[in-house]
Amino acid sequence: MTSTLTISHLTKSFGGVDALSDVSLSVASGERVALLGHNGAGKSTMMKIILGLIASDSGDISVCGASPGDASARSQVAYLPENAAFHSALTGLEQITFYMRLRGVDPKGALDLLARVGLADAARRRIGTYSKGMRQRVGLAQALIGQPRLLVLDEPTSGLDPVSRRDFYELLDGLAADGAAILLSSHALTEVEARTDRLLILSGGRMVAEGSLTDLRSEAALPVALHVTAMNGYTPDLMAAFPNAIQTGRGLYLTCPQQDKLATLARISEMRGKVADLEVIPPSLEDIYSHFSRRDGQ
Amino acid sequence: MISRILATARIEANISRRNRWVLIAVLLMVVFSLVLSAAGSAPTGAIGADRLSVVVASLTSLSVYLVPLVALLMSFDAIAGEVERGTLPLLLTYPVARWEVLSGKLLAHVAILILALVAGYGAAALIAIITDPEASAGLGALWRLTWTSVLLGATFLGIGYAVSALSRRASGAAGLAIGVWLGLVVLYDLGLLAAVVADDGGIFTTQVFPVALLANPADAFRLFNLSAAEASAAASGVAGAAGTIPLWQSLGSVILWPLLALILAAMAFNRVKS
Repeated sequence: MTSTLTISHLTKSFGGVDALSDVSLSVASGERVALLGHNGAGKSTMMKIILGLIASDSGDISVCGASPGDASARSQVAYLPENAAFHSALTGLEQITFYMRLRGVDPKGALDLLARVGLADAARRRIGTYSKGMRQRVGLAQALIGQPRLLVLDEPTSGLDPVSRRDFYELLDGLAADGAAILLSSHALTEVEARTDRLLILSGGRMVAEGSLTDLRSEAALPVALHVTAMNGYTPDLMAAFPNAIQTGRGLYLTCPQQDKLATLARISEMRGKVADLEVIPPSLEDIYSHFSRRDGQ
Repeated sequence: MISRILATARIEANISRRNRWVLIAVLLMVVFSLVLSAAGSAPTGAIGADRLSVVVASLTSLSVYLVPLVALLMSFDAIAGEVERGTLPLLLTYPVARWEVLSGKLLAHVAILILALVAGYGAAALIAIITDPEASAGLGALWRLTWTSVLLGATFLGIGYAVSALSRRASGAAGLAIGVWLGLVVLYDLGLLAAVVADDGGIFTTQVFPVALLANPADAFRLFNLSAAEASAAASGVAGAAGTIPLWQSLGSVILWPLLALILAAMAFNRVKS
């Protein structure tokens, strides 16, 4: 796979404060990559540098084989800003028609494009009358114009209801299948978990983790939680066997390191006459995310 | 390139139409032109000029104030508004150059200005031609007034864009635009007048004053139209100075100013961080 976006050793500071330090990453064609991080971790700054809106202090960036902000890069990159804003006096159709003309795309497809994001009925109404979610969809529609090779989406699903979010990720799947590279930032960890190929975690301007969720999970080596429910009256027996467990009503809550998971399970199954139920709870994405973003002294 | 400029011009025209700027500009020009042509119709016989030439002389004095005002009103929001709404960063990620954005806006605003000028001057001229059979003699002066008004408008559109790019907020740009209008169109002349009176025919009046008039786009516009017009006798104010400055100089200023203002606007816009 060819790399559509390559960043190496990117550094940017604002007035002496490092917004990004020595960040390297690449996004390949057809790949969906999620960028995670706290507010102020440097996500938006990095996106603006990729788009050529602000200049980097040092480091090399290649966007579709060009420098960020070059005419050729801009013609192949689509951007969805956080809180997409448009002129309130224009209709959705006029706004999209304008963006299509700027990209040299026949504006006849404007209505179809708005229909793809679920705005067919509102196309001829002024954007001033739209809800936040509808404005976000206008933003999404403009990012789909002209088959971009790289999509840079800054919190694309903020303001969207759960159904629209699902529709949105389906659109992304289609784009990625057609070979577009997608870099998106999000706070909604559970949704990027299922819908992206790779996660990047930025913390305090540094890249603290990178990989698939499985990779990150094993790298973090967070303890596994087990919830054991005792048969009637056997709770004290179980507590005696697992003195470190926390008792929760009839059940026990215990944790163990990843490598001891099977051994612990074996010990529990030895007591199968006393155990009513067993649940294994792997560390959640939130746990993994907190682990990586705190590791850096955040 | 052309298609991107035209796309920008179309969207700007739509915005101006929705914001009623088109209506406001046309109404302002028509109402003031009609009032002026009605008020200035009495002294025709005494001067011996045709009625249209007299109307053009009156319209010149009107346009010196009104055209810059309309142009600044249309342009102050052009860049500061985009910055404030947050629409500029997205626009700048599109394959469109900043000068193309500016050209598109200019095209739309100049078109609206032409519409307003043609409606205003046209209404006043129509009445003059209907009431005075000799009035067609003034058509040349009317044409001259129209195209110089467009250039004057373009100058103040450029100044408006520059002001808009230098302000962070649309409200700040509006205030600054009104300040520019007051300064260049009203106070500048008052200052010159005071200096001329104080100087009493000295070096300022003979050397500095003509240059100062040429250096101001509104004064150059008035000078050119008055010195080119046969009915200059009907005009007042700085018209006396019109005779002493060659026509080519005021024409040069009228033509150079829009270019200068637009270069200034482009430079200011290029400095705006996204």
